[in-house]
Amino acid sequence: MNRRTFFRISAAATGGFLIGMYFDFPMSAQAAPKVYPPDAFVHIKPSGEIVIMVNRVEVGQGTSTALPMILAEELDADWSKVIAEIAPAADVYKDPVVGMQMLGGSISIANSYQQYRELGARTRAMLISAAADGWLVAPEQCRTANSIVYGPANQKASYAELAEDAARRPIPEKVQLKDPSEFRLIGKPTRRLDGRAKSNGSQKFSIDLDFPGMKVALLARPPVFFGRVRSFDDADARNVPGVVDVFEIPLAKGKGSAVAVVADRFWAAKQARDRLNIDWDLSAVEHADSGELRSRFNGLSRTTGKIAVNRGDAKAIDTVGADKRIVAEYEFPYLAHAPMEPLNITLRNDGDRAEAWTTSQVPDTQRQAMAEVLGLPADRITYHIGFAGGAFGRRGTLDEHLEREVAAVAKRMRGIPIKLIWTREDDVPGGYYRPMVAHRVEVGVGDDGMPSAWRHVVVGQGIVLGTPFESFYAKDGIEALLIEGTSDTRYAIPNFQVSVHHPTVNVPVLSWRSVGYSHNTFVVETLIDELALRANADPIAYRLKLVDPSAKRQRAALSLLNEKSGWRNALPPKHACGIALSEYHETASACAADVSIEDGRPRIHRVSVAVACGLAVNPMTIENQFQGGLAFGVTQLMAKGAITLKHGRVDQRNFDGYTPPYIKDAPVAVDVHIVPSAEPPTAVGECPVPLIAPAVVNALARLTGKRYRSLPLVTL
Amino acid sequence: MVCDGLAIACVKRMLAFFVIVIVLAGDAGGPASSQQVNAAAASHRTNGLGAWQKVYSVMVSPRCLNCHTATNYPQQGDDRHRHIANVIRGPRDKGVVALSCSTCHQSPNADSTGVPGAHNWHLAPLSMKWQDANDRPLSSAEVCRSVLRLLDGPHLLKHHEEEPLVLWAFSPGRHPDGTTRTLPPLTHEEFVEATRQWVEAGTPCP
Amino acid sequence: MTTIHILVNGERKTITVDPSTPLLWVLREELKLTGTKYGCGIGACGACTVHLDGAGTRSCLVPVSLVGDRKIVTIEGVASDPIGRVVQNAWVDNDVVQCGYCQSGQIMSVVALLKSNRKPTNANIEESMGGNLCRCGTYVRIREAIKSAAERLA
Repeated sequence: MNRRTFFRISAAATGGFLIGMYFDFPMSAQAAPKVYPPDAFVHIKPSGEIVIMVNRVEVGQGTSTALPMILAEELDADWSKVIAEIAPAADVYKDPVVGMQMLGGSISIANSYQQYRELGARTRAMLISAAADGWLVAPEQCRTANSIVYGPANQKASYAELAEDAARRPIPEKVQLKDPSEFRLIGKPTRRLDGRAKSNGSQKFSIDLDFPGMKVALLARPPVFFGRVRSFDDADARNVPGVVDVFEIPLAKGKGSAVAVVADRFWAAKQARDRLNIDWDLSAVEHADSGELRSRFNGLSRTTGKIAVNRGDAKAIDTVGADKRIVAEYEFPYLAHAPMEPLNITLRNDGDRAEAWTTSQVPDTQRQAMAEVLGLPADRITYHIGFAGGAFGRRGTLDEHLEREVAAVAKRMRGIPIKLIWTREDDVPGGYYRPMVAHRVEVGVGDDGMPSAWRHVVVGQGIVLGTPFESFYAKDGIEALLIEGTSDTRYAIPNFQVSVHHPTVNVPVLSWRSVGYSHNTFVVETLIDELALRANADPIAYRLKLVDPSAKRQRAALSLLNEKSGWRNALPPKHACGIALSEYHETASACAADVSIEDGRPRIHRVSVAVACGLAVNPMTIENQFQGGLAFGVTQLMAKGAITLKHGRVDQRNFDGYTPPYIKDAPVAVDVHIVPSAEPPTAVGECPVPLIAPAVVNALARLTGKRYRSLPLVTL
Repeated sequence: MVCDGLAIACVKRMLAFFVIVIVLAGDAGGPASSQQVNAAAASHRTNGLGAWQKVYSVMVSPRCLNCHTATNYPQQGDDRHRHIANVIRGPRDKGVVALSCSTCHQSPNADSTGVPGAHNWHLAPLSMKWQDANDRPLSSAEVCRSVLRLLDGPHLLKHHEEEPLVLWAFSPGRHPDGTTRTLPPLTHEEFVEATRQWVEAGTPCP
Repeated sequence: MTTIHILVNGERKTITVDPSTPLLWVLREELKLTGTKYGCGIGACGACTVHLDGAGTRSCLVPVSLVGDRKIVTIEGVASDPIGRVVQNAWVDNDVVQCGYCQSGQIMSVVALLKSNRKPTNANIEESMGGNLCRCGTYVRIREAIKSAAERLA
């Protein structure tokens, strides 16, 4: 695959002018090695344990099991002896397609599948070479199974015995990969390697790390984004026992400042921070206000923006009669990620070098930023990456704010490990949200009940505009991330136009699990459903009819869902079924949700899901991700699932004001069906999220007769 | 504590009335005219109603109302929003296993973490609900009649004087930011005194 | 700063702390028992759940000065309870965890539930686990694992 043409948005078969988005990585000065050195990824211990390095942070998505499975498969390793570790920041761990170390876009398996297979195969070849030389036989005469090399005359040697010798051998250029029919691990539902540790309290997260002499730092942040400290009185704060120092630090890239409190313990730091008296200068920053933003965004949505997709006749909709035209305006709020482990990072600055412990999704840029603040070359920072308590995109910041914050503190405290923590009251109002978005769609309904025209305006801040990542996801001022889910739809809709406005707002925004699909899929799938209802058509059959014939994965997912959701024709009274189809980066999935209304809220009894994601490396991971991702997607429906602002200040402080789904809000049962495939694996982690909100709302529409176009759902 | 006190209450009201009549008759220095008796009784009733209004004002203030709900959940805050974390009443008004009131609420107030506390923290039983199913406070008349279905005057007075959860409302502890929780409109002493006056006035209801 | 004695996982521990410090932070920072997690600090998420005399308790809200001589059991100690072991095995067998950060609190709540009710219904499970947050959404598997643990205990 050509590294520079990643994430091309595929044009529908009907063609038309379409933005192609490209990854372009100016910062990858060296080409990633084609032959990855096994010793950076596999360590076979004398005990027989096999440590496999995973080239990206584990945030719950299960790649720290699936990637080792892939390597262990080709290695013919004894799976019971495999241990996964997360690799630190280093060039060799860059994503092989994208050319930077990252977790995002659900690319982990898709991009490292081939890489990890080859690593396993190369390691196996080197072990065989060591054994064969020792037995004076040809390598071809040997075979392997379960961490043992077998010779032609019943000779046996364990990988542990051979490891040292094997490591000294040249890395073979060519590799022999298994035929998929020989797979023993790949494709088998496999329990995760970190399951036990995460069930007995022994798994360490970065917030759990402890070092001799470590101090805890908390920041008093401006109440309006990127305000500045004018002055502060820390007399009371310094009186709290255990407080070490209090000082002002700049926030990300000179935008604003905060007051740092450094103490022996978390509680002392918190007490001290509560006793600070800070005079803030909020004059130089915009005070964003949800009321004003709503009218601004809605106003913009009624005008054509920068045109991103233009297929057919954009004016065709204007000649459609009112009785055949649907005009729909949608509103989506800012959403916080709120991973269970709040943001935190530990850094020890030794002057000429430094060491950091983090759970970063984009270690390259974040380490670079830390280095910049400390005044060091990046490679003098040892950057450990561990297991994160969730992320959903929050740990992949584009302004490296967390790293810059801790570096600013550690810069003043040489030799002392500084653990900077964001409390939940820092996190919920702290910004870096899924953007607030407005949509306005005009749909013409043809005589056959299918859409005859579709003119769509999307309004929302760009996530990458103005950042080093702009060229990856934006072109000519249009950011693909805001319109994905609409712009790349596989529905064969003629006379199709998508345009976009990117207002500037003083609220920092970031990718939230499934990014643009989180709102675009909601709009498209609720409108398609409305059309299906109007046409008196079965919602799955309607979609099959409308979806482009060449959209194989969409068709496969819909057909499999149809097969597995027979229950939808035998629902109890006061239940309805809602359907949704989603694509995310070449994976298509569809779901059927059984919904009723209880205590004024949607009650999701069951969801059946069908997913076409190519080869399923670990079907158990995929099932887990869909079960969990649907629950995550319910965040959008929660009555208190919105971040709002009044005169620059975020209204919500903690989970009491921003309330994610609890067990009763999430689907009770979820059955997942994977379309069998031998094609290379594609995305999984983010795919479920866009499905659930439209599916539930489509069911609600059948129960109440109402259209729900404004999220969150406050009243039904 | 709860007695089927209707009969007893009735008797006591009648006794109180006659006592008042006799006393007033004595004060007038001669046999009381029925006009004087009526006026005295009316004034007595007015005083009693006034005392009841004071009692009621405390009962429907947030510190009391938040646990005297008609639903399967408590409320919190001066805005009386539904309690966080999906805590519910449970079969004995103490929450459910693993999510009981004492999962978070200890015996004293925990000011450093902002959690109110008192001995045996739990919801008032549904028989003592002072709001409707839509979380709106019941009227003064409704609460008065409800109270008298449950308890007679002296028992109510004792409840107001001694019940730890009632006492808590008057020292409700602090929020994590150090500010005190909003107090009821009367002090505990005033509340008890108003209750006593209402009882002595024959527990009149509006 | 006060010197306080508490009973943790069967051992007597002596610490010198500000008595207003929540038990959560005493466990994590003084005793280095980091299995109990900080998720919100206001009792809304349950990640900090421990047992006090067998009852599920949100340790972020209990100042250590209020613990007294009640027996504290944390996730690190719950394996010495036969119900704790069954629940942890059910968690592994049913592949419940994703990021895992909330799971100590989930397990401690489940153990408290099963100690009191060996045959929880779906409604019991939903009510008792109703205040434990999981952002990864492992609720489907949490339900399955609780049922599977209950079966094993039957």
